[in-house]
Amino acid sequence: MAEPLICLGIESTADNLGVGVATSEGEILANVVSVHVPETGGIHPREAARHHSAVMGEVIAEALEKANIIAGDIDVIAFSQGPGMGPCLRTGATAARAIAHRLGVPLVGVNHCVAHIEIGRLTTGAEDPLTLYVSGGNTIVSGFEGGRYRVFGETLDIAVGNMLDVFAREASLPYPGGPAVEELARGGRRLIRLPYVVKGMDLSFSGLLTAAIRELKSRRWSLEDLCHSLQEHAFAMLGEITERALAHTEKGELLLTGGVAANMRLRSIIRSIAEEHGAEPHYVPKQYATDNGAMISWTGLLAYRSGSTTPLEESYINPKWRLDEVEIPWR
Amino acid sequence: MALRLIAKGAEADLWLDPDWNGRRAVIKRRVEKRYRHREIDRELRRLRTLREAEIIHRAKRAGVPTPVIYQVDPEEATMVMEHIEGRRLRDVVAELSPEERLRIFRMAGLQAGRLHRAGIIHGDLTTSNMILTPNRLVFVDFGLAELSTEEEKRGVDLHLMRRMLQSTHFQYAGELLKAFLEGYREEMGEEADGVFRRMEEIARRGRYVER
Repeated sequence: MAEPLICLGIESTADNLGVGVATSEGEILANVVSVHVPETGGIHPREAARHHSAVMGEVIAEALEKANIIAGDIDVIAFSQGPGMGPCLRTGATAARAIAHRLGVPLVGVNHCVAHIEIGRLTTGAEDPLTLYVSGGNTIVSGFEGGRYRVFGETLDIAVGNMLDVFAREASLPYPGGPAVEELARGGRRLIRLPYVVKGMDLSFSGLLTAAIRELKSRRWSLEDLCHSLQEHAFAMLGEITERALAHTEKGELLLTGGVAANMRLRSIIRSIAEEHGAEPHYVPKQYATDNGAMISWTGLLAYRSGSTTPLEESYINPKWRLDEVEIPWR
Repeated sequence: MALRLIAKGAEADLWLDPDWNGRRAVIKRRVEKRYRHREIDRELRRLRTLREAEIIHRAKRAGVPTPVIYQVDPEEATMVMEHIEGRRLRDVVAELSPEERLRIFRMAGLQAGRLHRAGIIHGDLTTSNMILTPNRLVFVDFGLAELSTEEEKRGVDLHLMRRMLQSTHFQYAGELLKAFLEGYREEMGEEADGVFRRMEEIARRGRYVER
């Protein structure tokens, strides 16, 4: 039997630098993540990129060590080519090009959103799920149809994770904001009415964020009640578009992936919707929920095995690369 | 006679009553969603039921075929309306001849234009919400509709239609969208151009990197 192929993947779309090692048998040998925590405010793309390039060498070395391989064992180098923040993407792409060139192995540019779905499928065993992908940069309901991951619903403005992070920052909660909001929400009792904006299968969070910050500054409510209300409104909206897409596509599985997938309240909503529609719920494990290198290395292998590589001259980054632009030949 | 469940949507159940006071009627009931907060749930179902009935009436007045409403009960989130004999556009797209397909999408666009002109945003313009009868294209499900003449909201309406075509009718998405937008422009005139620009802008908005 042939030896399994080994792929090293670099993820650098935003504040996480992740390096993962996967085999063509679907084994994740390493998944090392280094997080850039901004001193103040949100992610500054250039600051985050500076962090990524500063720790790149050690994170790669640690991944190789964890995977118990040497550089010469690597058959393919994958990197996240987009969507994401330009300076961050460029840092990962530059490292990937250099290593691939040095080792003389093929390079594969991976779509970050596709990778979140593929790592979800790999680690949960879901075969053909409708996917709710929720993170700091993305909010997408998608399902596989006709050779691509079609987008059935998405945010018209900011991502749900971004919305939670900004609110948390305004409320002086510790970083990262999502888990802090979730923790406080557990103690919330009263529901404060906030905007609920669903348009077909799309939704919008900017009005909800503005209103929540206004209520916060009014000092009329406890922070627990506000966090509770913010989550209940945002997640009810996510639940509604997910349910609409599930009813529309009639998929038998429902996958929750991305950083916000760690939220237990959102999971319970997904479970309830799946039950209602006779679908099987799946939640990506925590270490693969946030941005990570394992998902890039695994998706890179899927692409490579179906004959797709990225020549150097086409390896420029694509900060606005849409999920539904990507052909998926391995399905 | 017994009620028959004809559709279980994400939001509401549709029951066919073959003899509702001597008529074939559809009973639309917005079902309780246990996954969302009770107060949010109750308020959404009540408001959407009322608003839907109101807007269906306005759409009809604007010359867009919609079902006749027989009864509305906001507290029970229930509405009784005329049963439309026909098939969902979504299900017949592939069976239509190419000419017929274009003609119907042009008509759909024209009717969408009539809604917008009358200050109505449909909120869920999809081929599942249009029923094709031998002589009419009936718009149904105004559950997410609202009253507005804002260009932004009109743009979102068209954007949703485009997204639906790209996800579900991707084989013909380009030509169908073209026909739809032509019909829309026929009704809206020059005002349509602003809405088209807005639709493009909505599609281009950075939805990945805004933090």
